[in-house]
Amino acid sequence: MKSNMKTLLLMSLVFIIGFSITGCNDKPTLNVYNWGDYIDTDLITEFEDEFGVSVNYDKFATNEDMYVSIAKGGTSYDVAFPSDYMIERMIEEDLLVKINKDNIPNMKYIDNKFLNLSFDPNNDYSVPYMWGTFGIIYNKAMVDDAVDSWDILWDQKYKGQILMLDSQRDSIGVALKKLGYSMNTENIDELQEAKEELVKQKPLVYAYVGDEVKELMVGEEAALAVVWSGDAVTMINENKNLEYVIPKEGTNIWFDNMVIPKNAKNKELAEEFINFLNRPEIAARNTEYIGYSTPNTAAKELLPKEVINDKVAYPSDEELENTEVFLDLKDMLKVYDELWLEIKSHR
Amino acid sequence: MKMKWTSYPYLLWIIIFILVPLVLVLLYAITATEEHISNLEFTLDNFNRFLDPKYFDVLWVSVKLALQSTVMTLILGYPIAILIAKEKPSKRNILISLFIIPMWMNFLLRTYAWLTLLGKNGIINFIISQLGFGPLDLLYNDGAVLLGMVYNFLPFMILPIYSVLVKIDNSLMESAEDLGANKFQVFTKITLPLSIPGIITGITMVFMPAVSTFVISRLLGGGQYMLIGNLVEQQFLWVGDWHFGSAISIIMMIFILLTMAITAKFDTQKKGSRGLW
Amino acid sequence: MVGKILKRLYIILMFLFLYAPIIVLIIFSFNESKSRGTWSGFTLKWYIELFRDAEVLKALYYTVIIALSASIISTIIGTFAAIGIYDMCGINKKIVLNLNYLPVINPDIVTAVSLMTLFRFLRLEFGFVTMLLSHITFCIPYVILSVLPKLQQMNKHLAEAAMDLGATPMYAMKKVVIPEIIPGIITGALMAFTLSIDDFVISFFNKGAGITNLSITIFSMARRGINPVINALSTLMFTGLLILLLVINKRSTKNLNKEVKLYEK
Repeated sequence: MKSNMKTLLLMSLVFIIGFSITGCNDKPTLNVYNWGDYIDTDLITEFEDEFGVSVNYDKFATNEDMYVSIAKGGTSYDVAFPSDYMIERMIEEDLLVKINKDNIPNMKYIDNKFLNLSFDPNNDYSVPYMWGTFGIIYNKAMVDDAVDSWDILWDQKYKGQILMLDSQRDSIGVALKKLGYSMNTENIDELQEAKEELVKQKPLVYAYVGDEVKELMVGEEAALAVVWSGDAVTMINENKNLEYVIPKEGTNIWFDNMVIPKNAKNKELAEEFINFLNRPEIAARNTEYIGYSTPNTAAKELLPKEVINDKVAYPSDEELENTEVFLDLKDMLKVYDELWLEIKSHR
Repeated sequence: MKMKWTSYPYLLWIIIFILVPLVLVLLYAITATEEHISNLEFTLDNFNRFLDPKYFDVLWVSVKLALQSTVMTLILGYPIAILIAKEKPSKRNILISLFIIPMWMNFLLRTYAWLTLLGKNGIINFIISQLGFGPLDLLYNDGAVLLGMVYNFLPFMILPIYSVLVKIDNSLMESAEDLGANKFQVFTKITLPLSIPGIITGITMVFMPAVSTFVISRLLGGGQYMLIGNLVEQQFLWVGDWHFGSAISIIMMIFILLTMAITAKFDTQKKGSRGLW
Repeated sequence: MVGKILKRLYIILMFLFLYAPIIVLIIFSFNESKSRGTWSGFTLKWYIELFRDAEVLKALYYTVIIALSASIISTIIGTFAAIGIYDMCGINKKIVLNLNYLPVINPDIVTAVSLMTLFRFLRLEFGFVTMLLSHITFCIPYVILSVLPKLQQMNKHLAEAAMDLGATPMYAMKKVVIPEIIPGIITGALMAFTLSIDDFVISFFNKGAGITNLSITIFSMARRGINPVINALSTLMFTGLLILLLVINKRSTKNLNKEVKLYEK
C-alpha cells in the first residue's frame, strides 16, 4: 500500500513538472479580451507566429461584464473591444490609456466616418474595429406577416417563438424605440413605460439569449429574434429562410473599438496587435469570417462584391437615417440596472 | 502525544482563506462604497434594499423551486432506495453504483445533455412528432429548470436513504410480520421511522445546492430566471455592485445555516446531540 | 408477481431517466450533422475537431494540473491538520471542526465570492494562483473529514507505546500513525481530486486572463448553443470514467479474493 502511494506521488510530480515545462515559456504574452465569436482565431495564431509571442484570448458576453472585470482590477487585459457608450464611460472613469498613434500606422485605412465620434472625440483612446446595427431577424417560412416594425415582437401569434437579447441596454432600447422614445432617455416615466412593455412581452419570449441565438435561429427553433447585424449575416449564410430588417421606428447604430485598459502590462505589444488587425488583408479576412462590417476602407476594397453589396452589413445612408448611438448613462445606469432586474425576475 | 502543532498551518489557512474572506464579505455588505470600508462608515442600506418585494420574490421563487425539486427527488428516490436495499448484497452493490456513475460525470455536461433533448427540434419533440403530435415547448421554462434540478440531485437523495436502509436489521421486519403486521404497517412503523435520518440528510443534500444554483437556471431557463444564485452572480460579475451582492450572500448563508440547524435538530431529537449545531 | 414486474419496471425507468441523456450525447457525438434531432450519418469529425481545439486542450491542461496540485497540497495539509485536531480537546476542537465545516455547508457561490473579495483585497492577480488557492481551500475540509474517522478508529496507545520504546514523535508518526490512517488519506486525496476536477462555481469566480478549466469551457460553449464537440468531449470523459471505475473495481475484488484466500488458509 505504501509503496503504491509513493509511486503515485512520484508519478504525479513527474506529470506536473513535465506539464509545467511544456506549458511554461518565456515568450511575452498578450491578454486579449473580446466578445464571443468576434475574431477569426487563425489570425491570432498568425500574430503569435509573426511576433513570437503567445496570446491569451478571453471572451465576454456583454459590455457590462467586460466593464466589471476591468474596473474591479485583478485581471490585466492588454486589449479589449468595448462599444461606444462603454468607451465613453471607461474614459470618464480613467480606465483606459492613450494610444500612441505612431505605433498604429494602419489607422490611415480607417474611414473618416468612424473617426472622432462623440464618445472618443480625437480617438485618443480607441481604434475602430467593427460597426453595425441591431434589428430583427426572422424566418420567412415561419412568419407570414410583413416585418417592418418592433411591434411584431409583441404579436401574440408568435408566442414562444421570439428571442430577445440578454443585454439590458439593447432590450430596453428596443422597447423605448417601439414606444417612439429615444434609446438614451433619462425620463423615468418613459423608462417605466418601456419596462411595462417588456414585462408584457415576457410571456411571448422563448428565451433571452446571447451567442446561442445563432444556433437557435439557424436550427429553426424560433421564428423571430433581435440580433446584431453581423450575426445576421452569418445566420443568413447558413439558412436562406432568414431575413434581417431594420424596423421603421429606427434602431441603434454601434461602434466596437479596440482599447488598451489602464492596467495593461504590455502596451507596445497591444498596439502592435491593433495595428496588425488593421492591415487591409488581415482586416478583410477577419471581416469575411465574422460577418460584421469593417470601418477599414482598404479592407473593404478587398472583400468580394456580394459582401459589400449586402444591405444587412452595409446599409444605405437612408436606412441609417433613423438610428441612434448609445450614450453613457452615468447616474441613470442604476435605474437601468434595477429595471432590467425587475424585467428578468418578473413571472 | 503532543501533536497539536501539526494543525497550525491549517489553522493559519482557515484564518486567511475562510475567516478573513467572510469578514470581508460582511464588510462589503454593511458599507455603500469602498471608501466607506476604510472610513468605517457602516450602513444597513444593502439589507434594507433586499426587503423590496422584487428581491424578496427572487428569494421566494428560489426557495419554491428548491422545495419542489426536493419533494420530487424524495418521491422518486425513496422507492428506489427501498427496492435496491431489499436486493441481495452482491446485486445491490452493482445497482447502487449504477446510480452513482452518472454523478461522476461533469455536472455541466449532465445539464447540457438536457439542452439537446428538450429543444424544439430536439429528440423528445422528434419522437412526439413521429407519434403525430405537435412540437411542445419543453425548454426555457419552469419545467425545464425543475427537471434539471431533479436530474442532477436525485442521487444525493437516493444514496443517504439507501445507506440507512441497508443497515436496518432484516429480522426486525420479519419479527414484525410474524407478530401480524401487514406490509403497510411494517413500512409505516419500522422502515419509515428508521430511515428518517437518511431522509433528512437527503433533503439537505438536495435542497442546499438547489437553492443556491445559478447554472441550471441559466442554461435551462433561457435567461428568464432570476434565482438568488443568479442575483449574486449578476451583482458580482455584471453590475459590479459588490456591496449589495455581499449582502445577498450573507442573507443566503444565514438562510442555509438556519435550515441546516433546523434539520439537524430534527435529526438529533431522538438520538441525543451528536450534530454540529 | 405483478408487484415484482412493477418494481423492476420502476427501476428500469429510473435508469432510463438517468442514462438516456448521456447515451443520447454519446450517440450524437458521431452524428454527421450539427442538428440535434435527426441522424444523418456516422462521422468522427467532432473528435478530430476536439483535439484541434486549442481552447479545450488548454482547459484540460489546467484542469489536470490544478486538480493534481490541489489534491496533493490539500492532502498533506489536511492530514497533518487532522492529526493535530485529533489531539486537541474541548472547545478548541469544536471551534476548529465547525470552521472546517464552513466551506462544506456554505453554498459554493458564497465561498466563491468571499474568496474573490479576498484576492481583490490582497491585490492578487487573478489567474493560476488564485484558482489553485481556492481549490486547496475547498478541498482540505474533505481530506480532514475522511482522515479523522480513521484516527478515531486507531488504537490510542499505539503511538505512545512506540514513543515509550524510544521513537521520536516524527518517527512514531511515520511508522505507526500514517500507516494506520493511510486508507483515509487515500480516500481524502481521491475526493479532493474529483472535487477539483468537477468544480465550476468557485473556479468561475476566481479565474483570470487565459486560465480556465474544463467546466468553465463547457459552460461558455453551452451558452453558445449545441455543439457536437461538447458531445465528443462528454463521450471521452464518460468512457474514461467507466474504464477507471472498472479498473478500480477489478483491483479491489482481486484484493478481496486474495484476502479471502489468506483467511481460508
